[in-house]
Amino acid sequence: MDVDTKPPGSESGDKPWLDQKAKPFIRIDGVTKKFGEFTAVDNVSLDIFKGELFALLGGSGCGKTTLLRMLAGFETPTAGRLFLDGQDMTELPPYERPANMMFQSYALFPHMTVEKNVGYGLKHEALTDAQRKDRVKELLDLVQLTPLAGRKPHQLSGGQRQRVALARALAKRPKVLLLDEPLGALDKKLREQTQFELINIQYKLGVTFIVVTHDQEEAMTLATRIAVMDRGLIRQIGTPTEIYEFPRTRFVADFIGSINIFDGEVKSVAKNKVTVAAPALGADVIVEHTGTMPAPGAKVSIAVRPEKIAIERKEPGADATGNTIAGKVIDLGYFGKDSLYRVKLPSGTMVRVNAVNSRRADENERVAVWEDNVWLTFAPSSVIILTE
Amino acid sequence: MAALAPAPQAVQGDESHLPKAHSWRQWLDREAWRKTIIAIPYLWLLFFFIAPFLIVLAISAGTSQVGIPPVIWKSTFPFGTLDNYVFLTQDDIYWQGYLNSLRNAAISTFFALLIGYPMALGIARASSTWRNVLLLLVILPFWTSFLLRVYAWIGLLGNTSWFNRGLTSILATFFPFWVTGDHIQMMNTNFAVVLGIVYSYLPFMILPLYATLEKLDRTLDEAAMDLGSKPWEVFRDITLPLSLPGIIAGAMLVFIPATGEYVIPSLMGRGDSPMIGRVLADEFFQNRDWPVASAVAVALLAVLVIPIMIYNFFQAREARRSAS
Repeated sequence: MDVDTKPPGSESGDKPWLDQKAKPFIRIDGVTKKFGEFTAVDNVSLDIFKGELFALLGGSGCGKTTLLRMLAGFETPTAGRLFLDGQDMTELPPYERPANMMFQSYALFPHMTVEKNVGYGLKHEALTDAQRKDRVKELLDLVQLTPLAGRKPHQLSGGQRQRVALARALAKRPKVLLLDEPLGALDKKLREQTQFELINIQYKLGVTFIVVTHDQEEAMTLATRIAVMDRGLIRQIGTPTEIYEFPRTRFVADFIGSINIFDGEVKSVAKNKVTVAAPALGADVIVEHTGTMPAPGAKVSIAVRPEKIAIERKEPGADATGNTIAGKVIDLGYFGKDSLYRVKLPSGTMVRVNAVNSRRADENERVAVWEDNVWLTFAPSSVIILTE
Repeated sequence: MAALAPAPQAVQGDESHLPKAHSWRQWLDREAWRKTIIAIPYLWLLFFFIAPFLIVLAISAGTSQVGIPPVIWKSTFPFGTLDNYVFLTQDDIYWQGYLNSLRNAAISTFFALLIGYPMALGIARASSTWRNVLLLLVILPFWTSFLLRVYAWIGLLGNTSWFNRGLTSILATFFPFWVTGDHIQMMNTNFAVVLGIVYSYLPFMILPLYATLEKLDRTLDEAAMDLGSKPWEVFRDITLPLSLPGIIAGAMLVFIPATGEYVIPSLMGRGDSPMIGRVLADEFFQNRDWPVASAVAVALLAVLVIPIMIYNFFQAREARRSAS
């Protein structure tokens, strides 16, 4: 394989999507796919840049796999166009597309050896036999499967099969690699390790990856950018940090990670500060907010991630900054490195609080236990205002 | 971390929390019952296949006589003789009979595969509602007597039938140099035999093929197509090799009975070069030479069984090799 030592997309900086002049490598332009009455993908437009590791994230039936299958050529869009490297490939059959796919089930050919599987796509390339052999060897080295070249798929473990599938999909040096739940069939330990292998390979080869996954952790660790999909629509596109810390809609906030969401009404708006009355919290919440300011009186949702709330048994002093509310611990989940508390507020609302157990303590010395009256504090900058 | 605490999960297969089974259930579940149920068909085979076969084998080692039974054995060791088998090699009619049978069976198997494969593939790829209808249509001819269907073909192929006449006039219009006259001789030819066999045994080809093709993982086709194979290359590289077990099963189900076929060649075939089933029947009923007839039957079984055993041997070796 050509080892590209330059970071992917270095010509246009690390974040080509921020560059107004950058040309997208893959352009999905108003694509809709209907199966009968059911709209699987609804007027989706999306630009993906060269060298990106882009993730399509969503629950089952959100249209992410259909979108990927349209990119591979297994489904034809009902409307819209697909471009790859400037070439319209909407009507191209799968076997003419410079895109290869790694299937969720791996779809290894059971009657062929590892070597034959990896080399299958090369039959159609204009290569000499020696070149073909070399290419297969390079790929097997890349995924560390050279000693198993003569095995059949049923003689391999799940992780080995996954690597054969990856090598096979990379064999033709595709312009874009489509990965359908690439780690879905692996167990948790193996998944973590493979995740980083995948990133390393992607970085080494500089191939654009599009990954479909329902696993948000997978998407967060793998991807340069994530598109969160729901019912055929893209709800938000952004880097993992943007998606997690600055969700734009209630759906995205709720879908990614765990979050406390409360209904509220904007009371007053100052410079970068919004005060929201939240009846469920029994208090006004001060929110640090930039960008478009909501109008006073607007109905909004406010959201706080559980790990951004501090929990204490002592009432914070008057000098404490941030929002403070009182409650009672109802449930406690101890996970070792952290604990999850469910705190009931006087209004009856439950708040989830996630605290790292940074101090070694036995059961009697815990921060808080069941039935404890506690105070929760969270900074104005930790609160998200959701208008949608 | 959606759940506060993992819910206690029931261990699968652990039924210790269930009430104990009643004694009559335990009695029904006993291993002995399973063995009994498996034993019944084997006993059936033992009594109605192995035992008669041993009798035939014994007769084939005897000498024919005029009397009842029309066979006699030597009174001294080894009691039997191989003369009947030697005799099979001396008269042309026997080996020609075998050859006719094997050739007609092979040709029929080939055409059954040629016709059956696309049908099986079509059924396997049809929507699930259509699939059952199409399968039913394949099995439908079995609801009519086999003999009746053969006679129907005789009626169609005969020189004076509307079918023969119509076909002849159509062919004569398009290929005037090739087809002349008002009919084509179709009855009492090898063509008629092959046609009859292909028609009668086609379901036996289609059903195992369908069973194999229906189970094939279609994502393999997509993977091959994704890697640059056009649809016919996908068929050549993926579908065809993976359906080989179905092809072999279907081919055997057609080839084996077709080799020993008696009714179709007797009714539709040529009288001057009979297939082995006809030779065998004539030996029994016309010549009343039971020992030679039995030798013909045993030799036929050997002709059919030995290639299958060789095939199975290699299959098993291949399976062992790929498993290690």
